[in-house]
Amino acid sequence: MAITFKLNGKSQSVDVSPEMPLLWVLRDTLNMTGTKFGCGQGLCGACTVHINGEAIRSCSTAISAVAGKSVTTIEGLSADASHPVQQAWIAEDVPQCGYCQSGQIMSAAALLAKKPKPTDADIDDAMQGNICRCGTYQRIRKAIHRAADSHAAAPKEKAATR
Amino acid sequence: MSTYSSRFNRRSFLATSASAGAALLVGFYLPARAFADDAAEQEAQPPNPFNAWVRITQDNRVTLILAKSEMGQGVMTALPMILAEELCVDWKHVTVEQAPTNPEIYEHGTGGSSSVPESWLPLRRAGAAAKQMLLTAAAKRWNVNENTCKAANGAIIHGARKKLFTYGELVEEAAALPLPDFKKVPLKNSNDFTIVGHDTRRFEARPKVNGAAGFGLDARTPGMLFAVVARCPVFGGKPASFDAAKAQAVPGVRHVLSIDSIGEGAFTAGGVAVVADNSWAAIEGRKALQIKWEEGPAAAESSESLRQHCLDNAGKPGKTVRNEGDAEAALASAGAHAIHADYQLPFAAHACMEPMNCTVHIKPDAAEAWVPTQAPQWARETVAKIAGLKPEAVTVHTTLMGGGFGRRYQADFVAEAAQISKATGKPIQLLWTREDDLQHCFYRPFSFHRMAGAVDANGHLAAWKHFQTSTSIAAHWEKDGAEKPEQSEFGMAAFLPYLSPNYRVEYTLAKSAVPRAWWRSVENSSGGFVVESFVDELAAAAKSDPLEFRLRLLGDDRSVKDAMSPTGDPVSTARLKAVLKLAAAKAGWSDKQKPAAKGMGRGIACYFSFNSYAAMVVEAGLKNGEIHVARVIAAVDIGRAINPQGVRAQVESAVIYGLTAALKDSITIRQGRVEQSNFHDYQMLRLPEAPPVEVHIVESSEKPTGIGEPALPVLAPALANALFAATGKRARTLPLRAADFT
Repeated sequence: MAITFKLNGKSQSVDVSPEMPLLWVLRDTLNMTGTKFGCGQGLCGACTVHINGEAIRSCSTAISAVAGKSVTTIEGLSADASHPVQQAWIAEDVPQCGYCQSGQIMSAAALLAKKPKPTDADIDDAMQGNICRCGTYQRIRKAIHRAADSHAAAPKEKAATR
Repeated sequence: MSTYSSRFNRRSFLATSASAGAALLVGFYLPARAFADDAAEQEAQPPNPFNAWVRITQDNRVTLILAKSEMGQGVMTALPMILAEELCVDWKHVTVEQAPTNPEIYEHGTGGSSSVPESWLPLRRAGAAAKQMLLTAAAKRWNVNENTCKAANGAIIHGARKKLFTYGELVEEAAALPLPDFKKVPLKNSNDFTIVGHDTRRFEARPKVNGAAGFGLDARTPGMLFAVVARCPVFGGKPASFDAAKAQAVPGVRHVLSIDSIGEGAFTAGGVAVVADNSWAAIEGRKALQIKWEEGPAAAESSESLRQHCLDNAGKPGKTVRNEGDAEAALASAGAHAIHADYQLPFAAHACMEPMNCTVHIKPDAAEAWVPTQAPQWARETVAKIAGLKPEAVTVHTTLMGGGFGRRYQADFVAEAAQISKATGKPIQLLWTREDDLQHCFYRPFSFHRMAGAVDANGHLAAWKHFQTSTSIAAHWEKDGAEKPEQSEFGMAAFLPYLSPNYRVEYTLAKSAVPRAWWRSVENSSGGFVVESFVDELAAAAKSDPLEFRLRLLGDDRSVKDAMSPTGDPVSTARLKAVLKLAAAKAGWSDKQKPAAKGMGRGIACYFSFNSYAAMVVEAGLKNGEIHVARVIAAVDIGRAINPQGVRAQVESAVIYGLTAALKDSITIRQGRVEQSNFHDYQMLRLPEAPPVEVHIVESSEKPTGIGEPALPVLAPALANALFAATGKRARTLPLRAADFT
C-alpha cells in the first residue's frame, strides 16, 4: 500500500509494508544511506532524522506513522554542508570514523532550532541519546556552542506544529 | 585526462610478510612487526610511485593513494601528508583515494598502531622519488643541470622563477623514467616541513558531515539482496535442523539456506541465512525461522566457571615467562610487608558503531566485494577461497568503516557474505544486527592476575611477582598457541622498566570456547590496568607519592628490552619518565595551589605499548553516590607527530573508549552464550558523562610511532588510582562500581 510523505522538501510515495521502519525505507527502498543503522532499538541515535522538525529515531518509527508528515534527513539538512552545525563540525574537526555523526548532527540541529543558545545541561539532555564510540563528545559539545555562537543558527526548517 | 598507469611493473613489489592470515597475525600483536629490519624491508624493489602512490593530471590535480584502512584513526589524512610533504605539493589541493586491494604492491593490513611508523620511510621515499623523477624530466626538457632545479608547490622551477613547469606538464615523461635508488633519494630536512607536524583537518570530514561518506553498509550494486544469518547463541554450536516455512512466508524473503561454519582462517559460526529484498525483511524473516540448535560442549561454560578455572590455575605454579633473582624468597622475607592482590578483567566487545557487514558478488570467473575491513588482503583471500577463484580475480573495495578497534581485521563476516553469494549466485549484502555484533564478537580475553610485591626500607622494589591466567589470544589463533599461549598476553608487563632484582612472571592458559582476538590495545589493556594499579598499591604501602615512587623505580635513563619480542623497540625509561612528568605538571600534581576538586582524588599511570609512551592523570571521586570523572590530563610521546590535531583526537578517543570499558558493562557468559545483546545491557559512555580531556604531545624528532592504541592502557589504572586517592578503597576488578568505593 502506498504511503506518502514529504522527504527533504519533496513529495515521496513508497509502496511498502506499513510496519517497515522509516530507517529501512530510507536506506533500502529510497537508497538514502546517510541515515545509519546502529542498534535497531532506539538506543544509539545513529538513525536520527527530523519528523516535522523533531529529532526522531527512524529505526523505531514505522513508515505508517510518517504518512502526511515532513521528514528531513542528513542529506536534506543543507545543500552543501552549509548548515551552521555542519560548518561547526568541520571547524572543530569533530568526526573520527563518522558513522554516528549523521545522527549527532540531526540531534544537534533539532536542539538549536528549539534553543538557539543552549546551556551545557541542554546539550546533555538533547545529545545523551547519541552514542559515539570514537569519543568525539567534547568536540561535539564545543561545536554545538560554536554553531550557536555563529548567530546563523536560526531554524532553516519549519518548527514542529502542535 | 589522467596519466595514471594501471599497469604496474611486475618486477617491482614490496616484500610482504604474508598474504595469508596466519603469518600476519603473529606480528600483529607483537609490536616488532611494525619495525621490521629496515634492510630487509628495502630488499624488494619498491613500485613506481606513479603507479602506486601518486596520480597527477595534466591540469595539475594531484591524487594521493592510501593503502591503509581509515576507521576514524586519521590515516587518510596523516599518510598522504607524508607523501605530499616529500612530493612538494600544496596540501590544500590534494585529493586522497583508497588504493585498490593489491598485496603485491601494498601493505594493507591496518592495526597495531603501525600505519604511521610502517609507512613513514616508504612513503617519504616514494614521494621524494616521484619528485626526483619530475625534476629530472624538467631538467631534461630545459637541458639544464638537475641541481639548478627546485620543486615547490606542485611545480619545478629553474633559475629564480624564470622557467617553470607544473607537475601536470611533466608527469607523463617523469613516470616513464627509470626509478631512482629509493635508499639514496634525498629526503627533506625536517626543518623544512610545511605539512608534517602541522595541525591538519581530517581530509574526509565533509562527506562525514553531509551523509555522503560511503561505509560498508552503504555499498550498493545492481541486483543486490540483503542477508542476515541466524547463528547458534552457544559458541561452537550448530543448527541440528530448521524449518524455513514461516521465514519464507515473510514478504520480501527470497532464499533461506544453511551455511557451514569455517574454522581456521575465518572462524565463522555457520548457521542459517535469510536473504531478502531489503534488510528489514531479512531481519523479520530470521525472526520467523524455527531452528533446533545442537549446542555442543561450550554450553557448560559460564563466567563463574571461568573464574573458578582461573582461581584453580592460580593455585598452582604457571609456566615461567620471566625469572630474575628469587622473588619467592624476597617476598617470604618481606613477611607482612609483602602485598598480595588479585586482579581480574572481563571479556570486552569492540561495539563498533557500524555493526559487521560485507557485500560480495561472486560470479563464475570473478568476484567483487565492498568491505569495511582493516585487512583487505585477507578479505580478498577469503572470498577467493570460497569462490574457488584466484585472488587476482577478486576485486576488494575497502570502504570507510564505522569504527574498527581490531574487530574489522577479521574475515568472518567476509566469509559468510561470500558463502551466501556463492550459494545464491546473487550480490549479497550481509548485515549483522547489534545483537549479532555483541554476541559473535572476537572479545578481549578474560584475564586473572595474582600479584605479589614488596618494597624495601629504602623505598625500592624488593620483589615483583605476576601470575596471569587468561583466555589467550595466541591459543585461539597461533599454530604454536598451545605451546606458547603467553606470547599474546603480556606486553610491557613482562619486561617492566621498574627496577627490581627479583622478578617472576608466570602464565597458565585458561581454557575457553569464547572466541577472542585483538581489542584496541590488546594485551596492554589488561597489562596496563594490572601493572599500574599494583605499582600504586606498592607506592601506598611505602607511603610514597605515586609519581615519586614511579620515578624512583624507573631509575636512571636505561633501555629495557622485551625478551619475548626482541626485534621490538626497548622501553626507554627516559621517555617514560618524561611523559609521567609532563602529565603530572599539566595536571598540577605536585602543586599545592591547584588541589583536586572537593571529593575528588588524583591518580596517575604510565605505560609503553606499540613503541609509544603514554601517561595520564585522572581526577575522579564519588559524587552523589556515583563515580564521577572530573577531568583527564594526558601526555604522549609518539616520536615525531605527523598530525598533532589527529593525535589529540586519538587520545581523546582512547579516554572515552577506556572509560566505557572501566565503568560500564562487561560481557558475561552463561550456558556458553553471551548474556548481553544491545546497548541497554552493554552500555556505552554518553555525552553527559564525558569529562574534559587535555592532551599534551611531547615535542620529539624521534622516529614516528603510532597513537591509535597507546593511550588506552593508562586510562583504567589512572582512574582506579584516582578513586583510591579519593576514597582510600582499592578496586581490582573491571568494570569499577561505586559500591567498590563506599
